[in-house]
Amino acid sequence: MALAGRTAAWWARLRSPCPAAAPLCLPPWLPAGPVACERLYSSRGKEKLDMLTYPVESIRNFSIIAHVDHGKSTLADRLLEITGTIAKTDRNKQVLDKLQVERERGITVKAQSASIFYNHEGVNYLLNLIDTPGHVDFSYEVSRSLSACQGVILVVDANEGIQAQTVANFYLAFEAQLAIIPVINKIDLKNADPERVEKQIEKLFDIPIDECVRISAKQGTNVEKVLQKVIEKIPPPQCNTADPLKALVFDSTFDHYRGVIANIALFGGEIEKGHKIVSAHTKKRYEVNEVGILTPNEQPTHKLYAGQVGYLIAGMKEVTEAQIGDTLFLYKQPVEPLPGFKSAKPMVFAGMYPVDQTEYNNLKSALERLTLNDSSVTVHRDSSLALGAGWRLGFLGLLHMEVFNQRLEQEYNMSVILTAPTVPYKAILSSAKLIKEYGKAEITIINPAQFPDKLSVSEYLEPTVLGTIVTPHEYIGKIIALCQDRRAVQKDMLYIDEHRVMLKYLFPLNEIVVDFYDALKSLSSGYASFDYEDAGYQAADLIKMDILLNGNPVEELSTIIHNDKAYATGKFLCERLKDAIPRQLFEIAIQAAIGKKIIARETLKAYRKNVVAKCYGGDITRRMKLLKRQAEGKKLMRKIGNVEVPRDAFIRVLKRQTDK
Amino acid sequence: QWPYCRKRCSYCNFNKYVVPAVDEAAVRACLVREARTLLHLSQVQRWVLGEVSGWGGAGPFGTCPQPPHPLPYSVTSVFFGGGTPSLASPRTIAAVLEAVAGAAHLPAGAEVTLEANPGSAGTPRLAGFREAGVNRLSIGVQVRGALPRPVCRSPPCPPTATALPPQSLDDAELRLLGREHTAAEARGAVEAARGLFPGRTSIDLLFGLPGQSRDTWTQGLEAALGLCDDHVSLYQLTLERGTALAAQVWGGALPVPPQDLLADMYQTAHAVLVAAGFRHYEVSNFARKGALSTHNLSYWRAEQYIGVGPGAHGRFVPWGEGGRSREARVQTLEPDAWMREVQSRGHGTRKRVVLSPLEQLEEVLALGLRMDEGITHERWGQFSPHVSLEAVFGVPGEAKDLQEQGWLVLDGSGLRCSWEGLALLDSLLPDLLCQLQHR
Repeated sequence: MALAGRTAAWWARLRSPCPAAAPLCLPPWLPAGPVACERLYSSRGKEKLDMLTYPVESIRNFSIIAHVDHGKSTLADRLLEITGTIAKTDRNKQVLDKLQVERERGITVKAQSASIFYNHEGVNYLLNLIDTPGHVDFSYEVSRSLSACQGVILVVDANEGIQAQTVANFYLAFEAQLAIIPVINKIDLKNADPERVEKQIEKLFDIPIDECVRISAKQGTNVEKVLQKVIEKIPPPQCNTADPLKALVFDSTFDHYRGVIANIALFGGEIEKGHKIVSAHTKKRYEVNEVGILTPNEQPTHKLYAGQVGYLIAGMKEVTEAQIGDTLFLYKQPVEPLPGFKSAKPMVFAGMYPVDQTEYNNLKSALERLTLNDSSVTVHRDSSLALGAGWRLGFLGLLHMEVFNQRLEQEYNMSVILTAPTVPYKAILSSAKLIKEYGKAEITIINPAQFPDKLSVSEYLEPTVLGTIVTPHEYIGKIIALCQDRRAVQKDMLYIDEHRVMLKYLFPLNEIVVDFYDALKSLSSGYASFDYEDAGYQAADLIKMDILLNGNPVEELSTIIHNDKAYATGKFLCERLKDAIPRQLFEIAIQAAIGKKIIARETLKAYRKNVVAKCYGGDITRRMKLLKRQAEGKKLMRKIGNVEVPRDAFIRVLKRQTDK
Repeated sequence: QWPYCRKRCSYCNFNKYVVPAVDEAAVRACLVREARTLLHLSQVQRWVLGEVSGWGGAGPFGTCPQPPHPLPYSVTSVFFGGGTPSLASPRTIAAVLEAVAGAAHLPAGAEVTLEANPGSAGTPRLAGFREAGVNRLSIGVQVRGALPRPVCRSPPCPPTATALPPQSLDDAELRLLGREHTAAEARGAVEAARGLFPGRTSIDLLFGLPGQSRDTWTQGLEAALGLCDDHVSLYQLTLERGTALAAQVWGGALPVPPQDLLADMYQTAHAVLVAAGFRHYEVSNFARKGALSTHNLSYWRAEQYIGVGPGAHGRFVPWGEGGRSREARVQTLEPDAWMREVQSRGHGTRKRVVLSPLEQLEEVLALGLRMDEGITHERWGQFSPHVSLEAVFGVPGEAKDLQEQGWLVLDGSGLRCSWEGLALLDSLLPDLLCQLQHR
């Protein structure tokens, strides 16, 4: 993952103070003076900045990484405030979290960038902060953001200490050979224990205790010191404006009016409006319309120079044209492309269908537009007899799926049918006929409907992940039992201090995808944390289980599961369905089946009487309204055979709160 | 509509008021005035032709079937509902009936029903009502509350009878329902009523009460059968939002009877009453010797009726002001406001909505299917002259499926529910409405 030209500097060895010099300069739109005046973070008209005043030596590109809720977004808010990048008001809460869902859920989903101008010891610095998502589902975004950085601020909660994601994020940064500034946040809290956290950091990450900065991002305590550390400890990017243009696309967004906006980091040369550029990936040629920096909104500049981070608009119509990890260079001046990175790998797949097929085209355009801003979602057209035409979407995880669905509803007012999530299984085919049909012997199954029969398969494979759990030691017993129940194999167990243990387990991915995290949280009273990384495939005894309503399969609930789990899961789904389906005019058999074999059954008895007793004297207007609403509701019911099922019933069934 | 009650029953969410004293003369004057105004609007004819209607909550008119001149030609029934109309004095009842007869043709045999509460239905009082023109009585648990008469606020006499009395079968149940009469009083009231209105006394019973068992219901039913006349209404308790009983049930203080038990109770009642010679002519209504309620039949048959009094509802064509479409009308709910409006404008109509042809058909369907006779081709034709019942429900679709499954019957006489289908009407209607809307 190391990128060409990156400084191979690790925090411990990094001692070089900033190679000062560079003419003093303020953000050009500000009046002269040491402190930036107050401004909101909207871009200011068409005034253009001259970025030449920020040579490579005065640039620092860094990310903040942290376990969820350890205060990453709050620290980002404070950094923007104290440098005058945004006005200081009480309303600065998660400034970089622009999506409604991010603010609602208090999580960062999408990486955002902000350029900060900061004067330190008489030198004006350009600090480019790249905020990163905090949830395990989005760790791919983290590694992507890190590729544009030379250092990170690793934030750890002074109360909670090192958590699973702290570990995962540390290793991402460590492996990318970035400078790491450990910051212990929330020291204002009553139960804060910074000493203990410092010891954990020393033990686990081998970082001397005196390197840690103790802060309270909420109250602004010591935040200035963090900025100084950024300047001192993080090396400037190593690159040269005199070289030919070499720009890394590390993110992209889509604007309905301006097309694709690509976030770029310049590893060489310069770029300005009018330049003809070429994508190393697609070989397509574009003319640059606009370049600028993010403060955090787009602020156009005359040029961008080597070492700087900003955005580019160049008439790209689709986000796929701004492939993340792609290298841009000047027309007729090709360069060796940057190594880029693996594309996001979907971990969870689900079918998505319009509730009503007449909505197909609307949903299609909503999906297209939303995926423009979230290129980690994979989209394949799909269709089913029962649900009509739709898609099979791949997500980074279940939260990602929920967030995507929520954004569809909030930003595009679409409601959809989602099928049970499944992980990408594989099968090694043994049937010559099937091998010929697929053109290969190993196939990936992302849709239970395509699960090949055992007779034509020599081996099924399931994806696995290496999970990291950090927990207070009193919960170890319960957690080990939970992991065993999830078919996990222990790989490591380490005390990170007297009270906390880090466990590593190899999990089948499907065992953690739906509810593992919730189960872990509930049995540890919220204290255990979890993160995971891809760990390849392993052989598994898989079967496809169908759920039948009066003999008709419910396509949304077909699942591929491990043979050992079939009975328990089948029974559980049938019981839940019985509660989720309203009584009807006839008896309904709810069954779980493997092939022709029924493994579980529940019976929903028929309605015998529901007619309202009294219908005279009073006005029937209200009653007619109710009946008509029910008639409307009928149109939205999913019909399986003659059984009518409310549209949200399946989702409710799948969303299990607690294991029974 | 007499909106006053002596007490709030725990299950009732009707528009009713418990006030210490009612200015009955003022209310009477307003009822009379509003009845005249609305009857004039409806253009019910004053000359003789057939039967009758009225008000009291409502008053259906016989409607001339010929489309060219469909003016209603007489009042076929009058119904005094409530509140507790038996708390009003016979004089008020008489005044209203005089007003009706003065404004429209009210044939001598027209059904005039009064809802009575056992606590306000002693023989002398009932005789007074008969004198005033009432010829049918409906007594029971369903009838709300009691009299606001300023005098005579005597506490109910202590229970003496141990024999199982009518309506609500026992005193414990009556207390649960917040009724102020005792079982013995109820029994006495029915006996008194039958003496004065032989063959024309109806009783109400509730079932599905919290804690009620199959056995207590059967016993209550038997007791009621021993006491009743030729008309019985059996209502499954509906928990209404905002009532004390619902709050207790939903709060978990009282148990809800299971679905299957309710179905069993309904089935038992049907079997017992049919065996005793009753016709189960509407979801909750049973009659023998032809003692069907004319008034309620017209309501289920979607005929025209005017509603007089606070919160009363009506459905009629206001020919008198040039209207040509059936309207849904609601009178002002609150009695004092209603009185002021009647005094200044002649009526207290608060809301009027013109019903579209589709909405009218929807009501015809939802109400008509509650009866054993269902919706006749003739009746459907009055509301839908161009598209027949067969054209809507005889074609492949939900209704056809329901016929094949035995819930619904469409034949030479019309569209109706089978006995099994009747109990499930609320599941059938959404499908039927869907199909109707798609026509």
